[in-house]
Amino acid sequence: MNDMAKVEPAPAQAIPAEPAPTLRFEAPPSTSLWAHARHIVAENPVTGLAFGLFALILLAAIFGPSIVPYDPLASNTNAALQAPSRAHWFGTDQLGRDIFSRVVAATRLDFSIAIFSVALVFLMGGLAGVMAGFYGGWIDKVVGRVADTIMAFPLFVLAMGIVAALGNSVGNIVLATAIINFPLYARVARAEANVRRDAGFVQAARLSGNSDWRLLLTQIVPNIMPIMAVQMSLTMGYAILNAAGLSFIGLGVRPPTPEWGIMVAEGASFIVSGEWWIAFFPGLALMIAVFCFNLLGDGVRDLVDPQRRN
Amino acid sequence: MLRMIGQRLMTTIPSVIGVIIVTFLLTRVLPGDTAAYFAGPAASPQAIIEIRSKLGLDQPLPVQFVSYVTALVKGDLGTSLTTGQPVTADLAARLPASAELTLAGLLLAMAVALPLGILAAVKQGSWIDHLCRVVATAGVSLPVFFTGLLLVYVFYFLLGWSPAPLGRLDVFASEPPRVTGLLLIDTLLARDFETFRGAFAQLILPAVTLAIFSLAPITRMTRASMLAVLGADFVRTARASGLTNRKVIGTYAFRNAMLPVVTTLGMVFSFLLGANVLVEKVFAWPGVGSYAVEALIASDYAPIQGFVLTMAILYVALNLMIDVLYGVIDPRVRLEG
Amino acid sequence: MTAVPLLEIRNLTVEFATRRGAVQAVKSIDVSVAKGETVAIVGESGSGKSVTSYAVVRILDRAGRVAEGTISFSGVDLVAADEAQMRDLRGREISMIFQNPRAALNPIRKVGKQIEDVLLQHVQATRATAKEKAVEALTKVKIARPEERYDAYPFELSGGMCQRVVIALALACQPQLLIADEPTTGLDVTTQKAVMDLIVELTRERGMSTILITHDLGLAAAYCDKVVVMEKGKVVETALASEIFRNPQHPYTRRLMQATPRLGTSLADLLLDAPQTVPAEARTAVTEPKPAAEAGPLMQVENLVKEYPRAATGALLAKLMGKAEPEKPAFRAVDGISFSIARGETLGLVGESGCGKSTTSMMVTRLIDPSGGKIIFDGTDIGAIPAKQFAASPHRRRIQMVFQDPTDSLNPRFTAERAIADPIMRMGAVKGRDALRARCEDLARLVGLPVELIDRFPHQLSGGQKARVGIARAIALDPDLVILDEPTAALDVSVQAVVLNLLEELKGRLGMSYLFVSHDLNVVRLLCDRVIVMKTGSIVEEGTAEEVLGDPKAEYTRELLTAIPHPLL
Repeated sequence: MNDMAKVEPAPAQAIPAEPAPTLRFEAPPSTSLWAHARHIVAENPVTGLAFGLFALILLAAIFGPSIVPYDPLASNTNAALQAPSRAHWFGTDQLGRDIFSRVVAATRLDFSIAIFSVALVFLMGGLAGVMAGFYGGWIDKVVGRVADTIMAFPLFVLAMGIVAALGNSVGNIVLATAIINFPLYARVARAEANVRRDAGFVQAARLSGNSDWRLLLTQIVPNIMPIMAVQMSLTMGYAILNAAGLSFIGLGVRPPTPEWGIMVAEGASFIVSGEWWIAFFPGLALMIAVFCFNLLGDGVRDLVDPQRRN
Repeated sequence: MLRMIGQRLMTTIPSVIGVIIVTFLLTRVLPGDTAAYFAGPAASPQAIIEIRSKLGLDQPLPVQFVSYVTALVKGDLGTSLTTGQPVTADLAARLPASAELTLAGLLLAMAVALPLGILAAVKQGSWIDHLCRVVATAGVSLPVFFTGLLLVYVFYFLLGWSPAPLGRLDVFASEPPRVTGLLLIDTLLARDFETFRGAFAQLILPAVTLAIFSLAPITRMTRASMLAVLGADFVRTARASGLTNRKVIGTYAFRNAMLPVVTTLGMVFSFLLGANVLVEKVFAWPGVGSYAVEALIASDYAPIQGFVLTMAILYVALNLMIDVLYGVIDPRVRLEG
Repeated sequence: MTAVPLLEIRNLTVEFATRRGAVQAVKSIDVSVAKGETVAIVGESGSGKSVTSYAVVRILDRAGRVAEGTISFSGVDLVAADEAQMRDLRGREISMIFQNPRAALNPIRKVGKQIEDVLLQHVQATRATAKEKAVEALTKVKIARPEERYDAYPFELSGGMCQRVVIALALACQPQLLIADEPTTGLDVTTQKAVMDLIVELTRERGMSTILITHDLGLAAAYCDKVVVMEKGKVVETALASEIFRNPQHPYTRRLMQATPRLGTSLADLLLDAPQTVPAEARTAVTEPKPAAEAGPLMQVENLVKEYPRAATGALLAKLMGKAEPEKPAFRAVDGISFSIARGETLGLVGESGCGKSTTSMMVTRLIDPSGGKIIFDGTDIGAIPAKQFAASPHRRRIQMVFQDPTDSLNPRFTAERAIADPIMRMGAVKGRDALRARCEDLARLVGLPVELIDRFPHQLSGGQKARVGIARAIALDPDLVILDEPTAALDVSVQAVVLNLLEELKGRLGMSYLFVSHDLNVVRLLCDRVIVMKTGSIVEEGTAEEVLGDPKAEYTRELLTAIPHPLL
């Protein structure tokens, strides 16, 4: 019912009679975006929390390896398997390495895998989907067939197969994660481009003499970006989970490189004997990161929806 | 109805062809020496050459593809270096373990998720709605292997309620005669209740782990589609005609709301079959997933390839079943075909 | 009429909880409905007319509540009644039918079963007799082959047929009061008449009372005894239908009536005080009128055809099973039509949904390619230029369009100014930001859009303002031909009146020709010089507006005309 308040057109004098010397085209001024962001955060503190966590993860990814108290790779057999203490906040593992340092240092790798794979699939899937939705015809058929074929596999299993076949490396994890997310991006972009292809405003732009390319760039893509942005922050979480899962079963990252999935795998055998901290803290870090990205997705959705900006 | 099933069957053919081509490409075309993979890490150069000609890898690609497909039709997926058995036999022996685990996880998840999602939608804004939202967000954030380990720590190490996470059955228990391969059913058929209890105890934790993982998407979708349906015009009509709440929710809203949920099941299966691999590793479950992981560690390639292919074919079949189920619920699909 | 009303609404206030606090959708209204009486509640969008009816049946959504007042229905206080009591009343004593009949039925349940559900609920039938009674209910609403339709799903029925099923559902238990909420909105005019006639016949036959909720004064006056006019949540006037047109009391009623196009009115009559649609300062000609008409029509359409291939469902399976079906012929949306548009003329293109009028307008606008025929524009066959390449054609700027839905036709991420500037930037001669800005401001003034609004985004504008932006964009390059595709269909009647006047004035000042596509004959009558009537892809009648609408030759045109509700007969 909040539509009721919205339909009332504000009286004309409510807006200051700005001289507006320059053309204000695309977005409203950034100040209003900030105001809107503040409003969103104030309205939903969980979103604020997500943005805070995201900042923390970003900081850890950038500065983590240089600020940690111990060398994440240095083993010290005298201090092996120690429970969390003041000296070792998260305890030590079977080789006496400081788990806190390793968890923080691993942020960069996990975060990079997620960012790069999402950026890759955004370019591939987004472009393919937009073209398929806008032009239809054979492009649509090809993109649809490729997406269907990928979707015919259970995605994690396909990722296993890809990394196993291409070789065990971080680059291939990024690629595999991008490939299994391809159908999702291609489909969303295709559907959005397709409904807008015949929307009134696109037809109107055709009448204004815009070429197809210009229609794509000025009318379709900017209107799809918000949805793609939401998609990206939601898949970030999935990308991290997927990469960690692969390294948990021994694909991609190799020991002793600090990475959350592999650290959980290393700690797994100690769970039954009660040394819970080895697996627990990297797992917790992983969980928090994924949780943060998922919440962020909802926050981004609120932020970019032009209807909600009033 | 038959016509619809026939049509759905036709639509799976391109998927199956796609799956076969992709698995073929993964083994033959991409960089890396396939023969070296198949020969294993310890093989001599001579052995690799032998394997190359034995596998037909020195033939042109189309010829290789034809022989690949021919072998597939015969059910030949190669031989595992680790077990020395044909991959097909290995997979067949281990598939029931995975199926039992996956089904148990899925049923458990649905038993919790459907009522939770429906109640959350019907009582929007109540505590159950909030619980639903927490479950939906937390569930997708939990790495499945991490959940499994946490459960093991709490219920095995701390509380001692669960048996050691080492497979389907206690080492001292004897397996019942194999009928379905599903231990819970086979033990009941053999009236061996002692073993049934043991198998059940072993199954609980891994099944719960999988259930927690698949809970989130089902809950989320149930709640969302139920909310959408409850706001639909035809529900308003039903209410305005004085139908009871039970009739409105049970007959009018529920079946309509199930349509998107059934579609989501496809995605849930995709997640489950993947998560299965991780859960089997955590609980040393003797299914196809842990078989593939062992093969990965040993760089034994034929089992991995067989595993990927089997899972894909299985998944295509599951999607077909989901499509048919959808048609059963929705007359628009059934009648228009 | 009896002294004690069947339904009595007193001092009713309905509130909705919103993020900005409680909003009153209905403010202290009084309405009464006598036994056997038909009452119309008329108002534009946001007037609170639907909310009132939901409050009566108590199906307001969660955020809404009755804040004050009483609703009594044959002695029962509906505000105080408990849920079980209400459930008994709904469907048995008070029934509702809604707009959009297809959505009002459960899509995956047989329509017969849905009627049975209601019958069983109110113990009007037993399991044994339910089917028989449901078929009987379908027979009563004049559905052909009711036994067969019993087993149909809503998607297998047409819109009009679905509305009959909804009526059957509503009347199955012989209620005393029927509330019809915009029952014919979205239906074609001939279907509308059939549905309304049916409702009136069935309710009269049973001595029922009816509340008809509508935005259409004509419909209200033609079918109801009493009319209640609502504006912004308040009842502004209650009068007998026969009185209200002759002697409207409240200024809002007068304005509303005035704005409703009907027989014998002119365009200017639609505006009560005839405010200048174009502000005085803009009246100094922004654009010079075109030089006097050259010889020959502006556009000549010859034998225009548009075919769509039929979807081949299950063809693969059929082929494999050796049962290849014979190839279906392509579907002809437009089946060889010819017409011409003279310079300075407004040609009306009329027909019901699916008649091919929109397809025709899209081809003429060169947004889609015809399958056959010629479109000769000012001597050039523009039909031969593929739609894809037409953007680069010099003719592009000469043919423009105003779209049906003003919201959908504006890019949500462009300001009004950017939307108006788009054609100028692509094809216009105006160079430089300041000149462009000045031109956009001129255009805004020309279409009566306050200049201070042109920096706003579409969602910050009202429907009428968005329509003006769309018009400004269409005329930005001074086109020769503007296609108006139901330009007012999404607007309230008072806004429609203003926009229609604006269009007429602009045409005179800028020397344009219009192709006016509409389903509304009353509007066509006002604006058009000549009219074409289309049915299933072909032209059934053509002539001057007076001829076609005054003395129709074709049976179909007559049908269309008699279907329009006439309040002043």
